[in-house]
Formats: sequence, structure tokens, C-alpha cells
Amino acid sequence: MALLVAEHVTKRFGGLNAVRALDFTIDESSIVSVIGPNGAGKTTFFNCIAGFYHPEEGRITFDGAPIHGLRRDQIAHLGIARTYQNIRLFAKMTAIENILVGQHFRLHGTWIGAVLNTAGVRAEEVTSHDEARRLLRFVGLAGKGDVLADKLPYGDQRRLEIARALATQPKLLLLDEPTAGMNPAETAQMTAFIRSLRDDLGTTILLIEHQMRVVMGISERIAVLDYGEKIAEGTAREIQTNPRVIEAYLGKGGAADVAGQDQGGIDVTPPSGS
Amino acid sequence: MRSSTVDQITEFAIAAFLWALRIVVVLVVVVGSFLTLSSGRYAWETWSSLIVSGLTNGSVYALIALGYTMVYGILRMINFAHGEIFMGGAFAGYFVGTMFASIGLLSQGPLVVLFAVAVMIVVAAAFSTLLALLVERIAYRPLRNAPRLVPLISAIGASYFLQYTFRGVFGAGIYVYPDVAVLGQRVPIDFLRLRWVDVLVVVAAVVMMTGLYLFVMRTRMGTAIRAVSEDKSTAELMGIDVNRAIVTTFAVGAAMAGAAGVLYALLFDQVFFFTGFVPGIKAFTAAVLGGIGNVPGAMLGGLFLGQVESVGPTLFLDGLNVPAPNQLKDVIAFTLLVLVLVFRPSGILGERVTGQRA
Amino acid sequence: MTNQAVAPVAPDAPVAPAAAVDWRRVVRIGLLGGVVALYVCLVGMVEVFQPRALVTGIITLGQTTMVLVGVGAAYLTIRGQSMDRAGAAAAGALAGAVAGIFPAVLVVIMEVVNLRAMFLHASPGTSAVLTLGLGAAGAWVPIVALTVVGAATGLLLTARADIQRPATAALVALLLAGLFAGLLRPPLLASSVTAGIGRLLFASDGLTIAGAVIAFIAVVGGRIAMRRVSLRSRVAALSPERQRAARPFGLIALILLVVWLPHGVGPFFAQVVAVVVLYILMGFGLNITLGLAGLLDLGFVAFFAVGAYTVGLLTSTAEYGIALWPFWAAVPFAGLPILGIRGDYLAIATLGFGEIIRILAGSNLLLPLLGGPRGIINIPKPIEVPPDHLLAGPIQIYYLGLVFALVVAFVAIRLRDSRLGRAWLAIREDEDVAEALGVNLVQTKLLAYMLGAAFAGLGGAVFAGLLGSIFASSFPLFVSINVAALIIVGGMGSIPGVVVGAIFLIGVPELFREFSEYRYLFYGLALIAMMLFRPEGLLPSRIVQRELHVPEPDANGDANLDAIDQDARLSPGATG
Repeated sequence: MALLVAEHVTKRFGGLNAVRALDFTIDESSIVSVIGPNGAGKTTFFNCIAGFYHPEEGRITFDGAPIHGLRRDQIAHLGIARTYQNIRLFAKMTAIENILVGQHFRLHGTWIGAVLNTAGVRAEEVTSHDEARRLLRFVGLAGKGDVLADKLPYGDQRRLEIARALATQPKLLLLDEPTAGMNPAETAQMTAFIRSLRDDLGTTILLIEHQMRVVMGISERIAVLDYGEKIAEGTAREIQTNPRVIEAYLGKGGAADVAGQDQGGIDVTPPSGS
Repeated sequence: MRSSTVDQITEFAIAAFLWALRIVVVLVVVVGSFLTLSSGRYAWETWSSLIVSGLTNGSVYALIALGYTMVYGILRMINFAHGEIFMGGAFAGYFVGTMFASIGLLSQGPLVVLFAVAVMIVVAAAFSTLLALLVERIAYRPLRNAPRLVPLISAIGASYFLQYTFRGVFGAGIYVYPDVAVLGQRVPIDFLRLRWVDVLVVVAAVVMMTGLYLFVMRTRMGTAIRAVSEDKSTAELMGIDVNRAIVTTFAVGAAMAGAAGVLYALLFDQVFFFTGFVPGIKAFTAAVLGGIGNVPGAMLGGLFLGQVESVGPTLFLDGLNVPAPNQLKDVIAFTLLVLVLVFRPSGILGERVTGQRA
Repeated sequence: MTNQAVAPVAPDAPVAPAAAVDWRRVVRIGLLGGVVALYVCLVGMVEVFQPRALVTGIITLGQTTMVLVGVGAAYLTIRGQSMDRAGAAAAGALAGAVAGIFPAVLVVIMEVVNLRAMFLHASPGTSAVLTLGLGAAGAWVPIVALTVVGAATGLLLTARADIQRPATAALVALLLAGLFAGLLRPPLLASSVTAGIGRLLFASDGLTIAGAVIAFIAVVGGRIAMRRVSLRSRVAALSPERQRAARPFGLIALILLVVWLPHGVGPFFAQVVAVVVLYILMGFGLNITLGLAGLLDLGFVAFFAVGAYTVGLLTSTAEYGIALWPFWAAVPFAGLPILGIRGDYLAIATLGFGEIIRILAGSNLLLPLLGGPRGIINIPKPIEVPPDHLLAGPIQIYYLGLVFALVVAFVAIRLRDSRLGRAWLAIREDEDVAEALGVNLVQTKLLAYMLGAAFAGLGGAVFAGLLGSIFASSFPLFVSINVAALIIVGGMGSIPGVVVGAIFLIGVPELFREFSEYRYLFYGLALIAMMLFRPEGLLPSRIVQRELHVPEPDANGDANLDAIDQDARLSPGATG
């Protein structure tokens, strides 16, 4: 069942077509990846979905309702959350405070209630803190709730950002290069974690990734972008053997090389760290 | 999650208010102008002198606005002390002018007077530049990496400090500029009520603005300044001396303001320690109007503001029988500012600043 | 900029080997001092302060300014350096001498050229002060005087600790007593009990000699006595439980002080104190808008004006009791569209808005409604009392303002730790991300804006009662700037910070009314200095400390070096 449908989405910056006539469907409770060389338009596409950009042409529908042109908070209310390529935590707030902001629109305490310290508000603060701590545990940051976000080690920051996004109770989670800068062990952990998000919570996941091990490992479908256009879509197997994809990554010469080799697929792993 | 009724009401209220605002403004402008013009109460002479003064005031604002806009473009900082830099130039011009007057230079023929005024402008520009560089060095440079509010407060402090330093050194009295006979005379055209000083101001402003524009667009340093304004860290990586670019920006903006000080004083004949305040705010308004960080925008914004301020009260408000409309000319200016910021925050010509600070 | 204290040598400590004195640096500082001295002369402080004495018959305030320049120069040369006494004295002397050259040159030039045409204070008056009346022939006087002062400062600062500290404290006390003589004298003379003391200590224009001597001895004695008794370490040595038990007493003492204050300081200062309380009230209000939500509202005074005018309109012929609903009437509808505007532009837009309100309020257009330039008069005080009553005049305003201020502070604290407060902080940090997490920016900002404005209106309402009449000119841009400045200087986002800021930026300048011309000069200088040396404010909230990377002191008040070490652990890309 399609959760997100993008039809003919086009985003232009002046004369540059960052994303061109992109059609894309994401099914519920699936893990889908978008890959492509740098500058291919992956993050731009993310931004269009999340409401950071408004596409010039095309439609984006979520759960049946159009979301292109909506404000970011409206999109969040509908159940889409995201993380960022360069981590954008609230640096001077603690980990738990970051997560509590994520819960903001799910809570109902009014400011008057806060001033008067009503029982309702008090109770809600307790439950929201409990929930936040639960999320911390879930992402493996138990006990670090009171640490300032920018004092956390890098890997923890990535997890915190995910926890914060999860606090909005999203149906669709957009993860922008969640394993950037991680070593193989951390990457494996993150990969397993992402999979558990879908398995345990039923969250649909759209991933931008450069590490092919991750992409090939957990994606059910992969879309490949190059210069703003989708040049291929399919399973991991299909993508690995797709000549246009190989050409996009390795250039024409590389494609010829690979075509000459009789392998089931190549390990398309560009140098890690973007 | 459903959008609560409070949300919806607020959204509606905001939208309704914005529309009401648009309508009211359009009504005031259109109806007011129509009524004023059709009542025939004012002759061409009045209008023409209003337009001329709008032009001259606007030129002064434009010159000052350039300093604001360039400094904001390169440092994302509102240089509150810029009005005082302008005033400093006016003072410097006064002393040179008085000296010239005492040796009789200012009662000579036009060419001599022109030369004298040019010297006054140069000295004023130099003095203002010196002042600005001092302020930059002491009050701004150490704060380049501080959060936005910090240099702002420092700038406010610098503004007060300069104002009252001038008051202390030069006294609280009004300094009357020496009378320059030639400038006060009317230009021998019939249909327009023009004095030579008006011509001087506009021509001088145009010359300087053109010079600045060429500097910013065509020279290496100008390009460096633009680069640093766009992206400081990348510019640095490209080998640009960021500090020099910043200092040059301050210097150039100050020179413009200093020159504007002399021109202003020639127009209004007087200067005192608080002179910089109101033109400073107006010029800043002009800079925002035209698009902050945008050099042609500042010029345009200044001229536009000058006209609106000069012609506006009579044109819009008189027809609507508003008593003493000239009291409200600042209201018109500020309303214009607020409107632009609400409906077109990037200004008339569009801002030239990037979202994130480098 | 580190602020290492000058190290006085402990009595029995071995004398540290004196480092070679960097004479070039000393000369540079002397040059700087000379420029400052020249500035002080030309801006007129020397001449204008001359009639006022620090200690009558001994030293005038004008002379004091030059002395202070010399002291400052000498201090800068010695600070942070380790020098022996001879070296310090020499360095101080040299710095003083170099600094003294500038005024000397000025004196000489003044003889030859008439600088007065340009510099108002390049006058015989200034020259007389600088040369102790000798005129051009005495051009050597400032040089010698500053040399002596510099050397003395050097000697003092490297004296033994148990001499240096009390002596410095005493000199500072002397300076302050002399400066504030004009304020301290009248209250003493007013009451017959203290009148005798008043006349003993203060002459009409400064401290008397007797007064100076007494003050000096008192402070020195006091310092020595305190050391003997070592009050501070005694208190610190108390167990934590007893410290905590003592706290309520401290609190009660503070409350008593606050309640007594307007009565004890005399009628003039009761007015000043009431104004300070009003600014504190407004500060708490703007603290919500600016300190918590980060919205720089420079049109704040507009809401203050709305509150004041509302009260004025409602009460100038009626009872004050209705005054409580300006709180709600001051909610600004016009604030709505402005909230879509970002950052710096908001500052300008609000500034414009504030000016629009001010001009309209005083305009002829709205004259029938608002009284035009003449404003509204005959506004009664909240409670009508006879002049001798406890609550007469500004005092009832003070209490009213105090109560409201406490209410606002309470609201602010509650909000800060609430869901809304977190949303505000998130918006300040990164509003795009906050929005993507579901925070409605316009509404959240609107709330901050409205609450701040409502409290400003409250302040305005009380203000109208204080003055009894209001004019549009009571609401200039300066007020908005003042409120913003006092929050930032006091410590943004922090309640005690606002109080401290108000005391320093509003209260202290009032104390210096005598020197009215130069108040604003120092005000501007103070703003710059604060931003350069302590941008987080005097008493910052913990959040602002985090933002400005000030490591929070741990329990002993020592800087927390662990916080600095942790910074070093930051991995690449961590701050995005």
C-alpha cells in the first residue's frame, strides 16, 4: 500500500534543475533507499518531501492527501519526520530536552496551565519525560539524558537526532546519511537499528546513503538519481547490475570494465565518509 | 494530528489582518492622492519643490544607506553607530568650511566654490573613515564571532559614546554652516524651483554612487568584498584577506556617509551632536527597503524613501483632511518599512545575503 | 581576555625573581594613556568637573580624572607581570610620564594656537587644571604629576598583601564617597540626628578633609578587622545544613531591605527607585520575548505607551481601579503580521512599529483622542492618600510595580520550564528544525511577543500613575533600547540578571545626575566594555552561559575545567 507518492516532482534553483520529473512511490512499512553521486538531488528531494522546499512542478501525496506546498509543521503533524545530513540538534539543550521538543505537538498542555501548574500539566510533564527516557533507552542513550547535545560523541548525536525524530511518532521517517562518518562496527549497529525501527515500530523508512553495504543490506527498493533524474529503480540485485547505474558511479570506462567481468554484481562501494 | 481551532482562528486572523492592511494602504494612497490632486489646492510650484527636496534628501539617505547595507552584507551586523559617522563628517566639513569662509573662499565664483566644497567633502569623508575604522577596531572586531545580539549592543554603545563625545568636545550648540552665496541661488530654469545646492547634492551623490558601484563590481577588492559577503569561510579558503575586505567595507561606507554629512549640512545649514540619529534610522530603513546587502538597492531605497517622505504627506494625507500631515511624514516612512518587511522582506531589489552566517 | 589579578607578595613568601621589564610595552601603554588623557581633556571632563571637589581643598574632581588616567596606565603596565617593587615603580612612573606628555603638549599648543574655535574645552580652564594654575609655564606639571602617580600606583600594587588590599579598598571607598558626596550629604543633613555627622564628613562640594581621613581609616580598619575575624571563611566553614538554615534569614533580610528601600532613601530617590522597579517589570516582560524566545523587539516601548495611554484615558476623570484591565487591552493586534519576519528584520520592523505608535500618539491627527503633543494630564495615583502617608507619592507606585514585577517573574519562570519554554528555546537554536518537528512558528512567536507586550503594557499603566501625566515624548526609542540593553547586560534569560541590569543601567546613571552630560558617554562605554569582556551578562542564566561557552563554575566557584576538556572531545561535524 502506497504511503508516499511523488509524481513528476521538479525543483529548480534559477537555471538549475536539482530534481527533474521524479516519480517515486514508497510502500507502507518498507525500507527504501535513494542513492546517487554527490549533487544528484537526493537531499533536495528529501527537502521537498519534508516541506523545506516547494517543488515547482509535480505532486507529492502522503497517505492520500497532497503535501507539496504545506508548511513544515503541518507536514510533521501528518506524520513525516526527518534527520539531517549535517547533524542539526539543538546544541545547547540537553538530550532529553531535544526529545521533548519532538513531542511538542503531541502534548496539549497550554501555557496558562503551565503558569498555574495545573494537575493536568504536571501529569503530562511526567509522562512526557518518561516517554523521552524510553526513547533514549531505545536508541541506546540510556542515562545520557542530561548531557548537552553538543557534548555528546558523534555517534550518539546521530542516534539522538533519530530519537528526536521518533518522538513525533512519524509514519514516515526520512534519514539523511545516518551512517556518515561511522566505522564499520558502528555502521553495522546503525543498520540493525534502522531495520528494527521498521520491524518493531512499523515505521516506513526512506534512506539517503552512500555506504553501499548499508543500502544493499536493508533496502527493499532502491532508487538511483543522477543529475536530478531517476535513472534506475529496483531491488539491490537489479541496481548492482544496472549498466546506467554503474556508469553514473564509475564513468563510461568503468562500465565497460564491469561489463567485461562476469560477476553476479559488483561491490559498488565508493570511499566512505561524505 | 488535527489542527486545533485556536490555530485556525489565529491563521484566519493573521490572513485577514494582512489583507485589511493591504486594502487600507491602497485606499489611503489612491483615494488620498486623488482627493488632493483633484482639489487643486497645490500648484505645480509646491509639488516641484517637494519633488526636488525628495530627491535631495533621498540622495543623502542613499549615500548613508550604502554604509549600512554593505556592513550588514559582510558582517550581518546593523551598524548602529553609522549615523554618528555621518554626523562626524558633517562636523568636519563645518570646520573646513568655516576656515574657507574666513579667508573668503566661499564668496568667490562657482569654480572656486566647487573646489572648496570638494575639499570639504574629501576631508569629511576622510574623518568619517578614520572614525569608523576606530570603532570597528575597538568595538566590533573582537566580537566578530559572537552571537548577533552582542555586536548590536556594542554598536548601540558606540553610538551613544560618539554622540556624547561630540557633545563634550564640540558642545551642545547648533553649528551653523557658513553661508555659500552661490549655492543658494536659483538655477535659471522656469518650470522647476531649483537651487544650485540641490543640483550639487544630487550630482555629487550620483557620482559617488556610480563610483562605489564600479568599485564593488569591477575591482578586485570589490569582488573580494562581495565574496566575503556571500560566504566568509570559502572566501578565506580562496586566499582572500577577509580582514582587509571587512575594513575596506567599513572605510568605503564611512566615506560615503561623511560626504553625505557635508551635503546634508549644505542643504539644511546646520549640524549639532544629535544630527546623526534620525537620518541614520531613515537611511537604515532605506537600506532595508532596497534589499539589505544590495548596493543598487540601497541607492534606490534611499531615493524612494526620500520621495515618499517628501511628497507623501501632502499627496496622500492632505486630501483625506488629516491635520498637520507633515508631522506624520516619519509615520509614512516607517509604515513603508514595515509594509516592505511584511510583504516583501527581501526588499524591492531583493536581498543579497545568504541565510546562514558563514 | 584573562583577568589575572596583580599579585601582591605575601609577607613571608620568597620574592620571585623579577622579570625584565618590557619597556617598549610600558611606553605603548603610556601612549595609550596619553591619548585617553587628551580625550578626557578635550571632551571637557577636566574643566567641567573642576568646580566639584573630591576632597575639599585638597583635590578636585577635575584633577582626579587625570590622576585616574595615570593610575590606569600604571595598572595596565603591571597587570599580569611579575615585577619587583623597584621595577613596578619605574614602569608606572614611565607610563605616567609618557601619558603626561600629551596634556603637556596640549597646554603648550593652546598658548600658541587658539584651539577654542574648534575644541570647546581646549580652554584656559582646562589649562589651569592641568598646570595647577601656572599656565603655559607649568607645562611640566602634568608630566611630573602623572609620573608620581604612576610610580605610587606601582609601589602600591606590589606592596605586601596585608597592606595593599586594605589600602586599595580605602582609596576606592574614598573615591566613591567623594563622587557621591552630593547624594550622601542631603539625607544626612535632613535629620537633626545625623546632621552633625553630615557636616563633618561632607562639604558642599565633596568630602571634607576630616571626612576623607575618617573614611580612609574606617575602611582600612574595617578590612583589617574583617581579616582578623575572617568572617567569610567562618561562614564557608559552616556545615551545609547550617548554611541552608541560614538562607531563610538572608532571604528575610533581603525582603526587609526591599520593602524599606523607598522610605529610607528620601523622596528624590524614591522616585528613582520606583522607575528602576518599572524597568525591572518591563525587563521581565522583554525577557520573555527576547531572553526566552530570542525575538529582538525594539518597538517594545510601543506597548508600554499603549498601557500608559489606556490608563490615562480611563482614569484621568475616573477612579484608578479599572487600571487592571490595561493588561489585556495592551495586547497588540498589530503584532500579528510582524511575526513572520526573521531575525534582524524583526528588530527593524518592531523599531519602525514603535516609532509609528509614538508619532501617532503625539500627532494632531489623534489629538481629540490622545491629547496630541500635550498629552494626557491629571492622572491620579492608584490610591489617594495624604502627603505624609506611608504610601505617598512614588512609594505606592514602587510597591505596585514590585508586586507586578513579581507576578511577571513568576510567570516567566513557570513558562521557561514548560513545553512552551522549550519550544521557544528550540526556535532560538534552529527555527527551521523546530518547525520540522511540528512547532507552529508564528503562533509560538506570537505568544512570546504578546506576553512580553502585555507585561510592557502593565508597566506603562503603572508608569502613568507615577508621572501623573503622559506625553508622546515619554516613549522614545531610547526606552526600548534601554530595556533590551539592561537585559543583555544583566544576563539574558535570567531573572536576577534583569534586576542587576536595571540597577546598573537605570539606577546608577541616576546617581550620577550631577554629571549629566557625561552619563551617556559612560553608558555607551559600559555597553561596549560589557560586550567585549562579559557578553553573557553579569548574572547570566545557565542557558546563556552554555551559548557563550562560559564554563559554569562548580560548587567552590572555581571555573569548571572539565567542561573545557569535554569540548576537546567533539568529533568532526558535530556542530553541523
